[in-house]
Amino acid sequence: MNLRGFSTLLRKELLRFWKVSFQTLLAPLVSTLLYLLVFAQVMSGRAEIYPGVSYREFLVPGLAMMAMLQNSFSNTSSSMIQSKVTGNIVFILLTPLSPLEIFAAYVLAAVARGAAVGTCVWLVSLWFFPRWPAHPVELLLFVLAGNLLAAVLGLIAGIWAEKFDQLAAFQNFLIVPLTFLAGVFYSIHSLPPFWRDLSRFNPFLYMIDGFRHGFFGLSDVAPAESLLIVGASAFALSCVALVLLSRGWRLRH
Amino acid sequence: MPSSPLLQVQDSAATAVPAIRVQGVHKAFGNFQALRGLDLEVRQGEFFALLGPNGAGKTTLINLLAGLTRPDRGVLQILGHDVRSDYKQARRAVGIVPQELVFDPFFTVGETLRLQCGYFGIRPDPAWIGELLENLQLSDKADTNMRALSGGMKRRVLVAQALVHRPAVLVLDEPTAGVDVELRQTLWKFIRRLNAEGQTILLTTHYLEEAQSLCERVAMMKAGRVVALDRTSQLLADHSRPSLTLRLPSGDQPPGDLAGRATLLADGRWRLPLVNFADTEQVLAHCREAGLVVQDLEVGAPDLEEVFVAIMQRSGQ
Ligand SMILES: Nc1ncnc2c1ncn2[C@@H]1O[C@H](COP(=O)(O)OP(=O)(O)OP(=O)(O)O)[C@@H](O)[C@H]1O
Ligand SMILES: [Mg+2]
Repeated sequence: MNLRGFSTLLRKELLRFWKVSFQTLLAPLVSTLLYLLVFAQVMSGRAEIYPGVSYREFLVPGLAMMAMLQNSFSNTSSSMIQSKVTGNIVFILLTPLSPLEIFAAYVLAAVARGAAVGTCVWLVSLWFFPRWPAHPVELLLFVLAGNLLAAVLGLIAGIWAEKFDQLAAFQNFLIVPLTFLAGVFYSIHSLPPFWRDLSRFNPFLYMIDGFRHGFFGLSDVAPAESLLIVGASAFALSCVALVLLSRGWRLRH
Repeated sequence: MPSSPLLQVQDSAATAVPAIRVQGVHKAFGNFQALRGLDLEVRQGEFFALLGPNGAGKTTLINLLAGLTRPDRGVLQILGHDVRSDYKQARRAVGIVPQELVFDPFFTVGETLRLQCGYFGIRPDPAWIGELLENLQLSDKADTNMRALSGGMKRRVLVAQALVHRPAVLVLDEPTAGVDVELRQTLWKFIRRLNAEGQTILLTTHYLEEAQSLCERVAMMKAGRVVALDRTSQLLADHSRPSLTLRLPSGDQPPGDLAGRATLLADGRWRLPLVNFADTEQVLAHCREAGLVVQDLEVGAPDLEEVFVAIMQRSGQ
């Protein structure tokens, strides 16, 4: 194991977003807070979804998770596509770094960015809704598993895409709908049966639902089931990403 | 204490392993055969030139050595390490300067070099990095962002990047394209010194005079094959002759049988191929006997460009 090689690549990936933290940390924080303010204002009259949790507060974990997923996805995918398009991916491909080391460095950095965005959103939201999470460990597990899944998905998308617009399509037609339809703004119990059943195939739903359970101790799906589904999806996608990296698909021609 | 016999045996065994071994390598991009059964061997410590026209497959071969591209078949080894099955050792042993000017705009020169070194699992050595920067005249640019460098400076950073993990074999894919004369000279001085210290160097370039003055051996490629491979001096001896270019009073032809050998150049001068330099004296004697006044005279040494043109024509179809 080339531990130094791995940690160097991890450091590079962390520096890459840290150096532009205005766009990578502050911008998502601001947009999430805007969502929160606007929706909270518009929907202020709505009934509680869970007893003791106002609709406005209900939004917080969903929005935080959505911001995390989008940011961890975009960290791996944009790093990969930028390196491919500008050609500097060769500096990684010609090193002795193994597929696993490359995978782990890219994904961990993205998880770190997602978690950082999530932490910022949560800290700011404390000012509006001072509440200590019901199950902090569980919450942390969902942060890790959810960000991992999104980061791996971003890595695969970045490897697959050959141009920026392909990546944008991936994001607009897959990631955004999946997050929006994952119950950020509603409980799936409020959906018509068809949509409710369809939603059950969306892994993002379980991340958000499980994460919300970590906050409020209340959820639509049993948290253990959610964690299992998210974890299994993340594991399966990780295997796919590792196979792609080992084969050099779209990287080593 | 004299070195033990065992060590000597190991030493000679080590030098017997070629720095680069390429055998029967084929590579196609779609329907296009970029490499068609390529064989090549570069010995340790050699300064080796790989020449060929645009599209010959030089960069493709280098990419295969670097593991950036995968062969359809054939053997590729660096210091005996297969570039696929033993890729970690193979990649540690080689430093590649890519032909394209690529860089990561997020980092400074110093950061770029330290990161590159780290990827190889090696702790960046500030003394070595300092030496690289100094020899490539980049010392004052260590904290400059890559984006803010000129093309020639970026090219020199690529050279430093390839050397930062101290590879035994350095592969330079057109390192002097876009580098000004003065820096080209400092670059070659540095590369020569590394070569003198035992570094193996594989160079591709379209400046044939560089290859001629630097490289002991030359391979010429055309359409995915090696069409000539020999010592530079041998190629020159086989394919290039010294020549004499004369200006005679207008209207006059070279005397006697010399006229048959001579060709009239566009500027009105006559070019005469010589068997060797001593031949000059004979040509001039003939002119004197014929009462011709030589108005201008230039002796041309054999050059690789001529060899290159001859070999490319010979292997034309
Ligand atoms: N990724 C690729 N896809 C398709 N064709 C390719 C690819 N890479 C190289 N080729 C083709 O393979 C041939 C050899 O290209 P290569 O870059 O190896 O040439 P070269 O000898 O380095 O030329 P130059 O002196 O111009 O750098 C060319 O005809 C090129 O078009
Ligand atoms: Mg080339």
